[in-house]
Amino acid sequence: MNVAFLEPFLYVAMGVLMLGSLLCLYRIGRGPTAPDRTVAIDILGTLMVGFCCVTALWPHNVDAEGIPNFQDYFMTIAIAWALTSFIGTLALAKYLEGRCYDA
Amino acid sequence: MLETAAYWVIGIGLAFDLFGCIGLVRLPDVYNRAQAATKCVTLGTCMILLGVVLLGFAGGNAPMGVKALLCAAFILLTSPVGAHAICRGAYISGVPLWSGSVEDTFVERAKTIRDEQPKEGPVQGEKA
Repeated sequence: MNVAFLEPFLYVAMGVLMLGSLLCLYRIGRGPTAPDRTVAIDILGTLMVGFCCVTALWPHNVDAEGIPNFQDYFMTIAIAWALTSFIGTLALAKYLEGRCYDA
Repeated sequence: MLETAAYWVIGIGLAFDLFGCIGLVRLPDVYNRAQAATKCVTLGTCMILLGVVLLGFAGGNAPMGVKALLCAAFILLTSPVGAHAICRGAYISGVPLWSGSVEDTFVERAKTIRDEQPKEGPVQGEKA
């Protein structure tokens, strides 16, 4: 396993995901209607799973044979985050459906 | 070999994520934004998770790969359902379509759903 390539690659991945999150935050702040913000929150939740993946691959401690010790507990966090984000999205969607304002 | 494939898959997934977020900012109304962002970001994140699966099996960490596979399955199931629920809620709450939209087949059904909703809930502190 080529650890020398893995670390700069993960820095680039983190940068791309942060750029995407900034675009989502722009939509959350700017969004003209409430559903716009809700969609952006949903997308941000999915991007967080990507962040968890990148953090799980981060090669903190490499052993003698050059194999990085992955932090696989971050994948458990990613599963929990995906489910929680789904439930939150459904709750917000039910809230939007009930409010019936004249646009 | 497996490792190179993993890097390529993660890279393509990141590109999809970024394009989805650009669509979220650039497109004109809620429905367009939701369809662009949901499809791109779901596929992108699933490809990142697939890259984690490949790297996990290549690096001798099979449990991480299995967890990533499980997470990809969850996201593939839940993300379209969530986006559909948001768009339905948006339509029923009366968010208008973009002025350039050409077809709207949900008008009558949405009207029925709106009519079936209770007009006013019980006021707080008052006996129903």
